[in-house]
Amino acid sequence: MNDMSPPAVAAVPRPEPFVRVEDLRVTFVSRDATVRAVNGISFDLERGKVLCVIGESGSGKSVMMRSLLRLHPKGRTVIEGGMRVGEHDIASIGDRTMTKLRGSLVSMVFQEPMTALDPLYTVGEQIAETVRRHEKVSREAAWARALELLELVRVPSPERRLKAYPHELSGGLRQRIVIAMALSCRPSLLLADEPTTALDASVQIQILVLLRRIQREMGMAMIFVTHDLGVAAQIADEVAVMYAGRIIEYGDARDVLVAPKHPYTRAMLASTAKDQGRDHPLEAIAGSPPDLRALPDGCSFAPRCAHAGPDCTRAVPAPVTDLRRHMARCVRTRLKAGLLTFDPGVAGDPAVREGIDLAARSSPAHCASA
Amino acid sequence: MWLYAARRIVLTIPILLGVTIICFALVQIAPGDPIQNLLSPTASAADAARLRAAYGLDQPLVVQYVIWLGKVLVGNLGLSIANNAPVAGQVLHAFLNTLVIALISVVLAFVVSTIFGVLAAYRSGRLADRVITAVAVFGISVPPFWLGVILVILFAVNLSWLPATGMGASGSESFDYLHWDDFKFAIMPIVALALPPLGIMTRTTRAAVAEILNQDFVQTLRAKGLSERAVIVHALRNILPQAVAMLGLQLGYLIGGSVLVETVFTWPGTGYLLNKAVLTRDIPLLQGTILVLATAFVLINLAVDLVQSTIDPRIKRS
Repeated sequence: MNDMSPPAVAAVPRPEPFVRVEDLRVTFVSRDATVRAVNGISFDLERGKVLCVIGESGSGKSVMMRSLLRLHPKGRTVIEGGMRVGEHDIASIGDRTMTKLRGSLVSMVFQEPMTALDPLYTVGEQIAETVRRHEKVSREAAWARALELLELVRVPSPERRLKAYPHELSGGLRQRIVIAMALSCRPSLLLADEPTTALDASVQIQILVLLRRIQREMGMAMIFVTHDLGVAAQIADEVAVMYAGRIIEYGDARDVLVAPKHPYTRAMLASTAKDQGRDHPLEAIAGSPPDLRALPDGCSFAPRCAHAGPDCTRAVPAPVTDLRRHMARCVRTRLKAGLLTFDPGVAGDPAVREGIDLAARSSPAHCASA
Repeated sequence: MWLYAARRIVLTIPILLGVTIICFALVQIAPGDPIQNLLSPTASAADAARLRAAYGLDQPLVVQYVIWLGKVLVGNLGLSIANNAPVAGQVLHAFLNTLVIALISVVLAFVVSTIFGVLAAYRSGRLADRVITAVAVFGISVPPFWLGVILVILFAVNLSWLPATGMGASGSESFDYLHWDDFKFAIMPIVALALPPLGIMTRTTRAAVAEILNQDFVQTLRAKGLSERAVIVHALRNILPQAVAMLGLQLGYLIGGSVLVETVFTWPGTGYLLNKAVLTRDIPLLQGTILVLATAFVLINLAVDLVQSTIDPRIKRS
């Protein structure tokens, strides 16, 4: 295996980013199998920016998010690498401190609004509970804050809704409640794990607009996980594409979504139904995502990749980063005039391969010094 | 809420009627003719007919049932054959004796099983879980009458800590549970009664807590920064409807099904009474006891439903 730790950070000093994740690895250990869900993820995120993480089911997106809150069951999970949010070193702080940071420094919105709320407590009780957990305020003040929050997330007739039980509300309303709860203690980082996936198309866009507006108003950093490229285009400042627990392409949202370089991102964009003609069969990426219990050698996407050659399975491709901080992990990409290009023609030419490796090593390749 | 309660109460009435019909039918199914037993062997057919008319037994069954039901509703369960005393008084007395120890047992089992269940679910697969599971399986599989005998041998015969049987010097008339001299007679019956429900309820609580902890909303609770203790409070409230249902079922079971334990400890409750009534073929006593037990079972279930509906807001809707 290649050394996969990111090469030394560029010489140009940058302001300390608000969120820094370095070579994060998450492994689930059980008696039957060892599942490598996240295999060395690094990225930085500034305050006020939205990072969209795109990937298929099982690519490790949600696992990565839950790691940032340390929500994984302790005994069965091994988390390695660095995670820092603000001045807090998430990877090493004690459990009690972590509990206090959840919901106040870092909050999370989950995918399934239908099951994300406790069915036996009213919506108001659940929001007020969060407020009172983090801020020493009276019951009345917490309730008043809950009302304000419902107004913030534009829930109609909020007084009445505070006294409602989750089963009395629609999916869209429940997701607004979940968002209100996540925002209740003014977090600096909001983790949104496919918050619109379970909703109707018309409600999806409302929630998306709401999240974007609140994120801007509150100046939060946000990590938004989705497998919907349209959603990513709407909300992202930066995009990270994940495959088999690795970020295989990263960059400015426009760079990644308009001019993708990694074959996986290209294939994924090509397979959106919107751009395909009515009479043609829909184009999809052949095959299925790799088994995380037994990852193939080298590039994890190689078995499904149209451009794969023998050189792909030799080692995990090193990240190649260009001047615009557009990064891809693919042996078929290289730097041309400082910019990342995808060149299927280089297959099998060892001389060119060496050149790419050199380029990758010498470039400021901390894969996402945002 | 009140609408749901009213509807639920009205729905119990046909069930209770069904109970009385079965109890009435019991006497009809029982072999033998009570009139033949009352008459001397030399009595004529005319004598028999006269006696039959005197007891109202010549009427159609439906009429007999209605007359009997009218008596039952005013608390007249007839006379016991064995001692000619009113059945109602005997059954009521025995029922209270059973009810008190059954309640204590079931509350004890409920509290202990809740603690055990939560602990086992949290320590799933570890030592604590295995020990608790072993205790629970022991409780479920050990026959309570055998356990009763073992308890007697151990604590009454060998150690002489506790009295073996009965209700002590005070007798069932003036038994005082708050008095140690009386209460010590109740300890072994309570333990023997509590163990099976303890085992069953520990297993169900463990499964329920494990299931709740796997639900999405628990992750939301943790993600919003609640301490694990606060998460357990949420989890407990969520298993409460199920736990109350289990508790009601077990209470009903203890009230009706403690024949063996009460016989081992000669505890003068309904189980003991049932045993006596069966052995002496005292049909009115048997009928009265079963009627009271079945009614209690129905009422316990009604109470469980009402309690559940106050815990879980989703129940009222359906």
